[in-house]
Amino acid sequence: MLLDSKIPEGPLAEKWDKHKFNVKLVNPANKRKYDVIVVGTGLAGASAAASLAELGYNVKAFTFHDSPRRAHSIAAQGGINAAKNYQNDGDSVFRLFYDTIKGGDYRAREANVYRLAQVSVNIIDQCVAQGVPFAREYGGLLANRSFGGAQVSRTFYARGQTGQQLLIGAYSALSRQIAYGKVKMYTRTEMLDLVMIDGVARGIVTRNVVTGEIENHAAHAVVLATGGYGNVFYLSTNAKQSNVTAAWRAHKKGAFFANPCFTQIHPTCIPVSGDYQSKLTLMSESLRNDGRVWVPKTVEMAERLRKGEIRVQDIQEDDRDYFLERKYPAFGNLVPRDVASRNAKQMCDEGRGVGSTGLAVYLDFAEIIQRTSADAVSQKYGNLFAMYEKITGEDPYKMPMRIYPAVHYTMGGLWVDYNLQTTIPGLYATGESNFSDHGANRLGASALMQGLADGYFVIPYTIGDYLAQTPPKPVDTQHPAFAEAKAGVQARTEQLLSINGTRTPDDFHKALGHLMWEYCGMARNAEGLRHAKAEIQRLRKEFWSDVKIVGTGEELNPTLEKAGRVADFLELGELMVDDALARNESCGGHFREEYQTPEGEALRDDEHFAYVAAWEYRGENVPETLHKEDLQFENVKLTQRSYK
Amino acid sequence: MAGSNPNAKPMNLTLNVWRQPNRHTQGKIVEYKVKDISPEMSFLEMLDVLNEDLLRAGQDPVAFDHDCREGICGSCDLFINGRSHGPEKGTTTCQLHMRKFSDGDTITIEPWRATAFPVNKDLSVDRSAFDRIIQAGGYISVNTGGVPDGNEIPVPKDLADRAFEAATCIACGACVAACKNASAMLFVSAKVSQLSLLPQGQPERKTRVENMVAQMDKEGFGACSNIGSCAAECPVGISLENIAILNREFLTAKATSNNLA
Repeated sequence: MLLDSKIPEGPLAEKWDKHKFNVKLVNPANKRKYDVIVVGTGLAGASAAASLAELGYNVKAFTFHDSPRRAHSIAAQGGINAAKNYQNDGDSVFRLFYDTIKGGDYRAREANVYRLAQVSVNIIDQCVAQGVPFAREYGGLLANRSFGGAQVSRTFYARGQTGQQLLIGAYSALSRQIAYGKVKMYTRTEMLDLVMIDGVARGIVTRNVVTGEIENHAAHAVVLATGGYGNVFYLSTNAKQSNVTAAWRAHKKGAFFANPCFTQIHPTCIPVSGDYQSKLTLMSESLRNDGRVWVPKTVEMAERLRKGEIRVQDIQEDDRDYFLERKYPAFGNLVPRDVASRNAKQMCDEGRGVGSTGLAVYLDFAEIIQRTSADAVSQKYGNLFAMYEKITGEDPYKMPMRIYPAVHYTMGGLWVDYNLQTTIPGLYATGESNFSDHGANRLGASALMQGLADGYFVIPYTIGDYLAQTPPKPVDTQHPAFAEAKAGVQARTEQLLSINGTRTPDDFHKALGHLMWEYCGMARNAEGLRHAKAEIQRLRKEFWSDVKIVGTGEELNPTLEKAGRVADFLELGELMVDDALARNESCGGHFREEYQTPEGEALRDDEHFAYVAAWEYRGENVPETLHKEDLQFENVKLTQRSYK
Repeated sequence: MAGSNPNAKPMNLTLNVWRQPNRHTQGKIVEYKVKDISPEMSFLEMLDVLNEDLLRAGQDPVAFDHDCREGICGSCDLFINGRSHGPEKGTTTCQLHMRKFSDGDTITIEPWRATAFPVNKDLSVDRSAFDRIIQAGGYISVNTGGVPDGNEIPVPKDLADRAFEAATCIACGACVAACKNASAMLFVSAKVSQLSLLPQGQPERKTRVENMVAQMDKEGFGACSNIGSCAAECPVGISLENIAILNREFLTAKATSNNLA
């Protein structure tokens, strides 16, 4: 199958405007004849559901949470980028586009990223109009801060809770449409399969997690806004229930999965404290604006520190290695995430890590507190400092934070064309669940931007183009494809419940996570990846013969939900390994140890790997087929990223 | 593996946990023992340990609401030793750590108790009443597109900051659980304050408060008797001042409104 990205002709800056003119429109009176399903109510889903309902479509929205407002977008801390140039510091749509393409290590589509930068400015306006309480200057205008990978100040924020405020904005727009009856909201309802009729997406199968009821829902189009798959690593900054199930089941129905190995390891997370650890907590990248990252200069000193023979205060300024400032003087502590993470790992690998485990580096605020005041620092980062203290029992106003990289975001996801349509007609993917905008590494404050761009400003146009070419005939769930899909879901649930083995779903999940982190994490090599592939296959087999679940499918049964999600992660994990093995280069978050520059930076191979890897599912235990979408760069010159 | 405090000693605890199969069946307190609990664990990680033990023994794990485990999504909702989210001030259950407890402690864990929050199972409750209150008017009616430039709506910093403080509500329901009347006034007041303080919220200022309060009453929440336990137990520090703002907004609206609904 040839992948057609459907990128419009013409100059980069005109593509989106021309495309908006060229897409077909559904006339206002006909919009109410179309039903659209939106799965997920985070930034990408809530904004899409609300905007489509405002246009007049009938929307059915689904979330497994008890309320749409609890989606994991809510946990995003630092901010949202927009090319407003309010700071008069040289920002522009082209600069945001350029920074994003470069930050993604030249593995994203130019046209998509340019459109993202273009609509970024509309997002801020929209959110302000909704009453999102962004940070402001004394004159009443919007404030900005800097973020990694950029030399301009373009990040809008609401203290350390930007995701929460943006999501509540989208949730309020969604709530308004629910009140109008234009959105039918299904909470605590999880999507377990996609239904296809005559090769196009026509509905979904869901399970009400409280009653266990399995239901069919039909629509003229389906939008997946189901987030990323970082929880394949078990430990990540994702919420506990974030999962790949909806996207994965769609993949198994024919939607290609793109760049699965592109995962982002965030440099500033609170380190693991014990094997009971259930998740990791991010400390926002915005802290790197003012915090300085360091480790002791010598291994001996780090060892004494770890043993408790000396305290952090005993280490003199001259004995501290501010390694990011030393190695990257131009960007300093604000290098992109992949670079910061790899450097932290390198310091710990050298034996200079701190904390009792040695798997941490310091993020120090002493200088900014001295230069301004503890109060001023609290104004900016108060909630983050409080959160750190609650989790670690240490006061970051007095002691540097200990931080270590952790899985945070997945750049890979369902392959989509310029219209955000997957390889299945009528099935769309938005936000983190698609692969489209961040290449091999996402810049900070760009996830919120992409989620809202897709939902507010892209999907409302592009889905109309598809619906206008679909007859406005009512859809229902009478077609045998629905009964078949529902029976499949029921059979799988029964199979899981009947195994009655000895190991819990969490036990399998932890084992998988360990394999992924060790062999497909911050650094990968062919040998380790091959080992991981065999181990994952073995683990998957064990899962289906030895997983233990109690209770029934007709009640609230979190263990059953968990088992279904782990089963999908066990399949996705292998695909991630395959993808990492096939990409014989290093780029962004994908660091293959065999491919690095003499200074230890990622070494890309643009001649052979400037493509999107899109994987096609072909059946149980059959290797997936790799399709390549070549990336064309007409507006930026591919260079080795340098943040020195 | 050692935590940040190598001297922390593991604890043994007795848990009295509310078990209830579903909304329609009577529940009861059941006693469980957990051993070797690290003080570095979060409260929910301690429950994870209990659940893994129960599952291995072939017993039904305890259902509880949780997701982000960072104190922001508002999912977690445990009533611990008679207090919303437990003993630590300004903390959600997921951010509560076991270092706040001692070896040998008995801990009672119940779901939120309020008519408007029926139990789904065990410790998980249905808080959809909050969503319906927001649907009644907790928004500014703007469609996507066609809005002015962000900087064309200047907001004085002190107002923006106060609106932000009110907007940090995570809708967990701790205020309702803490209130002897199971009142939702703090939750409703936070949203009403946020939107009535901002210039964007002015056009719908009166109808919003009227409709939200009407929905609040309809959901079966109790009245406010100015005790203030809601604000005392709020994990994100929503101020009682918001209730005063809500009362003023409501009275002003009722006195001057042309809302005939």
